[in-house]
Amino acid sequence: MDISRFTSRRFLVPGLIILILLILLATLPLYAPGYTVILLTAIFMYIIITVGWTIFSGPTRYISLASAAFFGVGVYTMAILGKALPLAAVITIGALISFILALFIGFLTLRLRGMYFIIFTFGISELIKNALLWWETNITNTVGRWVFRVDHDQVYYIMLAIFVITLLTAYFIRRSKYGAALQSIGANEEAAAHTGINVTLVKGVTFAISAFFMGAAGAIMATRWAYVDPRIAFNPLISFMPVLMAIFGGMGQIYGPVIGAAIFAYLEEILITKFPYYYMLIFGIVLVVAILYLPNGLVGLVQKWRKGGSVEQHANT
Amino acid sequence: MSIAEGIFVLVTVLDIVIAGLIMGGIYALIAVGLSLQYGVGRVLNVSHGEFIMLGAFATWSLYTVFGISPLISLVICGPVLFIIAFLIHRTLFQYLRDTSESIDVFEGNSLLASFGLLFIIQNVALLIWKANVRGYTYLVYSVNLGGAVFTVNRLIALLFAVVLSLAFYIFLTRARLGKAIRAAAEEPEMAGLMGVNIKRVLAICFGLGALMAGFAGVLVSMLYQMQPTMGLEYTIIAVIVVVLGGLGSITGSLIGGFILGLIGSIVTYFDPALSLVAYYVIFILLLLVKPTGILGK
Repeated sequence: MDISRFTSRRFLVPGLIILILLILLATLPLYAPGYTVILLTAIFMYIIITVGWTIFSGPTRYISLASAAFFGVGVYTMAILGKALPLAAVITIGALISFILALFIGFLTLRLRGMYFIIFTFGISELIKNALLWWETNITNTVGRWVFRVDHDQVYYIMLAIFVITLLTAYFIRRSKYGAALQSIGANEEAAAHTGINVTLVKGVTFAISAFFMGAAGAIMATRWAYVDPRIAFNPLISFMPVLMAIFGGMGQIYGPVIGAAIFAYLEEILITKFPYYYMLIFGIVLVVAILYLPNGLVGLVQKWRKGGSVEQHANT
Repeated sequence: MSIAEGIFVLVTVLDIVIAGLIMGGIYALIAVGLSLQYGVGRVLNVSHGEFIMLGAFATWSLYTVFGISPLISLVICGPVLFIIAFLIHRTLFQYLRDTSESIDVFEGNSLLASFGLLFIIQNVALLIWKANVRGYTYLVYSVNLGGAVFTVNRLIALLFAVVLSLAFYIFLTRARLGKAIRAAAEEPEMAGLMGVNIKRVLAICFGLGALMAGFAGVLVSMLYQMQPTMGLEYTIIAVIVVVLGGLGSITGSLIGGFILGLIGSIVTYFDPALSLVAYYVIFILLLLVKPTGILGK
């Protein structure tokens, strides 16, 4: 009796808050100024990339620096297919190409762990960028492309939809048996394989799922940028940001990366046009401080504060 | 093939080889520095290139403002960067090493902390020197080497790159401190028991890495134009060379630097725009086929 009341209240209150938030977000373009809509679109983009990154890298502890590749593939899909197909179809195709690319990279890197995996994923996205740049300068003689523009509100709604789907996917993967398998891979890969988990398949598919959302976000974001070239689409910062944002927010809870990404995306929007160097400087300082003093991110700090120092035990499970 | 054609081929080959040795010498210098930081200290320092950038810009300022020769800058920049990096390791990385539960966790954390350093150093440099492309001319008169023409500054850069990396290699294999460093790389705990002051040795290694980067930066500034954002590209090349030579193998990095420099020079001869693509292709293939590199364990 006590337990059921506890669980129902536990789900009811956050459920209600989420519902109200969703309604507020869905009706936002009706009452908020255009600037807020654009700002939130950018924030959603970072949250999608960061949560997408955390789906794979959070539990498995494989730090991927290939986010720029998956995001850029989405951007370029939109730039090439553009108006030829309906918007939703192009976004799905961009996401699927990222999915397949990630599956391919995932199966290529089976034997690579730790540092080798990190530098391989970084190398592959830089390879794609430079190969594309070379192709555009030497073969097609056209560096960069114009992307047709879409109404701000429409971009906002599509980004919101991808955002909700990403969060739901992350939530259900986390809660499922599949999520437990991922956790055990992160804890000890050999042991996980011995318990009957198909480590290869689980790793590869999860990596691909996380890439799917990055590709989708890239595809819709391209319509807001209007002009793209390989340096913009495959900007290595897109690979670094989710890592830093997720760590700053804390990966112990699903809302950690969301908060981390939201804070940085907001800071970026207000600082980057006026003080770009100061923004990146602050970014670097916060990163170093977070690594030094917030090993479990903001979430860890909140839990420590609420539970009075029992966070250590929680972090080790 | 006539004699004239034969001479032309020979000169072209000489041209490619010397250009490759110049690039290779600088790559070797950078990679040995990174290899020392990672191989001994387990810090994959992605801010390595920023120290190269600092060396290059300090040299530029000293030369254009105070008229100090770049060769004298070598003696100034190297030690200053050594001290800065030594202190960074003593505070930041040593703290991480003490608080990380395992060496793998430390590797991840130190990589991320060095990303933070990258952003900090690069943006401080952007505030000081602005985003402009800079460069200066120093000893740019040509000499003729058996038909191939080179400018003096490139030959000096080659000479210093080769001499510095060899001197460093001899220091590691012969000097007492060098032996302590190698002991710390092989068996940190055992070396500690044998009386090696591990904390000091690790900080010295990190400092020496920055020293090599600083030297490379001075040489780079003599040859190419520079921007405060140039660091990452050098870091990437250093990482590729270190993997090529085998993660943690200093001899491997030395050899790997020259191999990559020569490959780069050959590719540049056919299509300069392809050299970076070629590096990445080599890198990716290497990681897939033989991730331990040419001299890795």
